[in-house]
Amino acid sequence: MHKLLRDTPGEEMLLLGNEAIARGALEAGVSFTTCYPGTPSSEIPENFFKISRETDLYFEYSTNEKVAMEVAAGAAVSGLRTMVTMKHVGLNVAADPLMTLAYVGVRGGMVIINADDPSLFSSQNEQDNRYYARLSGLPMLEPTNTQEMKDMTVAAFDLSEELQLPVIIRTTTRLAHIRGPVVLGELKPIKTSAHFQKKPFHFVTVPAVSRNLHKLLLERYDQASEKSDSGSYNQIIGDGKWGIVANGVSFNYVSDAVSDLGIKDKVSILKLGFSWPMPQDLCIRFLKQVDKVLVIEELEPINENELKAIAQENGILIPIKGKGVGALSRLYEYDPGMVRKAVAQYFGVDYTPYEMLDMSDIPQLPGRPPNLCAGCPHRATYYAVKQVYGTDAIYPTDIGCYTLGVLPPISMADFVICMGSSVSSGCGFSKATDQKVVSFIGDSTFFHSGITGLVNAVHNNHKFTLVILDNGTTAMTGHQIHPGVDTAPMGIERTRISIENLVRGIGVEDIHVVKPFKLKKTMEAVKSAMEYDGISVIISQELCPLFAKATGQFKKARPFYINHSKCKNHRDCINLLACPAMYLDGDRVVIDKNLCIGCSVCAQVCPENAILPLKA
Amino acid sequence: METKRLVFIGVGGQGNLLASRLLGEAALSMKIPTVVSEIHGMAQRGGIVESAVLLGDVTSPIVSNAEADVLIGFEPLETLRALGKCNKDTVVITNTHALPPFTVAIGQGAYPPVEESLRLIRSKAKKVIALDGNAIAEAVGNPLALNMVMLGALIGSGTIPIGAKEMKKVLSTSTKKAFLESNLKAFDMGMEKAN
Repeated sequence: MHKLLRDTPGEEMLLLGNEAIARGALEAGVSFTTCYPGTPSSEIPENFFKISRETDLYFEYSTNEKVAMEVAAGAAVSGLRTMVTMKHVGLNVAADPLMTLAYVGVRGGMVIINADDPSLFSSQNEQDNRYYARLSGLPMLEPTNTQEMKDMTVAAFDLSEELQLPVIIRTTTRLAHIRGPVVLGELKPIKTSAHFQKKPFHFVTVPAVSRNLHKLLLERYDQASEKSDSGSYNQIIGDGKWGIVANGVSFNYVSDAVSDLGIKDKVSILKLGFSWPMPQDLCIRFLKQVDKVLVIEELEPINENELKAIAQENGILIPIKGKGVGALSRLYEYDPGMVRKAVAQYFGVDYTPYEMLDMSDIPQLPGRPPNLCAGCPHRATYYAVKQVYGTDAIYPTDIGCYTLGVLPPISMADFVICMGSSVSSGCGFSKATDQKVVSFIGDSTFFHSGITGLVNAVHNNHKFTLVILDNGTTAMTGHQIHPGVDTAPMGIERTRISIENLVRGIGVEDIHVVKPFKLKKTMEAVKSAMEYDGISVIISQELCPLFAKATGQFKKARPFYINHSKCKNHRDCINLLACPAMYLDGDRVVIDKNLCIGCSVCAQVCPENAILPLKA
Repeated sequence: METKRLVFIGVGGQGNLLASRLLGEAALSMKIPTVVSEIHGMAQRGGIVESAVLLGDVTSPIVSNAEADVLIGFEPLETLRALGKCNKDTVVITNTHALPPFTVAIGQGAYPPVEESLRLIRSKAKKVIALDGNAIAEAVGNPLALNMVMLGALIGSGTIPIGAKEMKKVLSTSTKKAFLESNLKAFDMGMEKAN
């Protein structure tokens, strides 16, 4: 039995933040779940996926976040309790359905999990998605620890049904990936089907309908405001004259700072857990009981500006500050030391910070950036393309493990802004310049948002090469399935969509399906694509070795070694491929037989044929 | 209750996330307030993996620079790099087995000699426990048991209020049977080294 299905109310478990959310959904009787995976949200759907195989829970990996939101919307307006999960930039993709779903609302509770990524641990930007609550008019909850992640999820379903609106829960990387104690509640049974009651003059958002719906949304927003003010997730802690406002993970930094500095009796903390709509009356009460205010919030000065507006409207003239105090900025995540220092500085508290060690005698240390794994097929594809196209071609890339191709010695990533952008920006690069263009996109990302770009490329007669790196899984986020995956080895019934047929159906005429570990043939295909006057697509097929190992599809091959009597130390292997199985022993290249998976790519690159399979 | 801030640092695949999680489980079993933080995702593709375990009267899930009570480094270069987390009272427990990053192999920088790294760490931290965790793991016949060796060394260091008994109890319930004996042996040998 899955650990999140334990029917042991009162038991305390150590759960990952994302597990706590999944458990909360189960305690709320969630029956319908969708997602597109994205760090730091991915463990929520991973758990739903497993649980759906043991229970009546419906779960799907949808093709992208917009699709996931719309699939969930269909179930929620029919009356099922529904959850959809995504990372912050995923909500950009789903923003279109989000904005008008807010108008029509839901019947079954619908909770949208949005995971922000301050400090960009695994993202292309660090946008603050609290703005989406304001943009859409939907309520937003922000938990501060694992217990609240579970409890607020349960509450969010009730709130959603009371307001008949989707509710957004915003987490951040820190919260998603902490482990902390959670006291379990009772599991609710899963309702498996619903009946959609037609109401076209509500659910069909033609202008005449939506004019009324916008008004309805504002009425519901007012109801949400009342709940924000009266509920327990917003509260004033303490009654001192120094006001501190905190939300999310920062609330912990504030609590610890107040204890560490010994100023508990001097402060009032306004904790914002139901952070949109802002609890107006509570904020006024808070502003009236303190002399000055420090707002602690990662990223944008949203609460700070809201409080300044509330103060202005109510004629309250006390100083309210946030960004700019100490090291508090709009950049990156906060940490306990930074918050402690800002609190001490703002309120004039004497304290001795921990003393940093003198690091001046530590030499420059070699970096350890993440790298494509030993035997990663992307490395072989990149090598083959570079041999043909050289370094002057423009290489738009996309979001996935293969973005690591930006690092030397591969150095084959020139532009990436979002999922799917490699294909469409390739259209722009090829028209705007005389340079050759080769765009790279992964299989899951191609299904997510590469297809429309390719349709555009074919229709508008663009001329470039698109390489689809098909490793048979969504590798970066933890090996989720997608429409192109052969799910049979995992014992899962899903219909597989052939990328080749899809590309052909779009109208691409020059298609090459290659096995990247066969370098010579791959390079021939790349040459042929380069000479083609139009759109060429190369589908480079080889399973991600980690995924293959995890699913029993790994074909064991003999690892390779370097015969040092043949090796003339050209180091093409290490200088051109930099496979992490290779290292230098003195001035000679050696292969770690425990890391080598026997892909043979380095053996094909070696000019001396000095790299050979180990004898069994 | 006294607060203890622990930072685990290692390289993707060394198992430091599992070590920090198991420590959190042991704390929970003893009713010691705990929060563990991890980094998942892109950081795991051969890069540096950091986790933190906080015990006692503290709710923040991460450790700021200069605030670690204990630094547990699974790789000597990474221990050295993470010294910014330490202050003059920090206890450092480090593996001495080097895993040079691929940047060194392609000529971007030199890997500092392990003895030199240890000398620098010793010159700054209050106490340093250095051990070849990989050699111990190999000796018990389970090369993946490095994290058990390091956990053993941590418990053996006496820096936190979690004893061998409680830790082993968690290991016994969360380890596959085939590895249990070698894991416990690795743990014991790590503990001995730290004593």
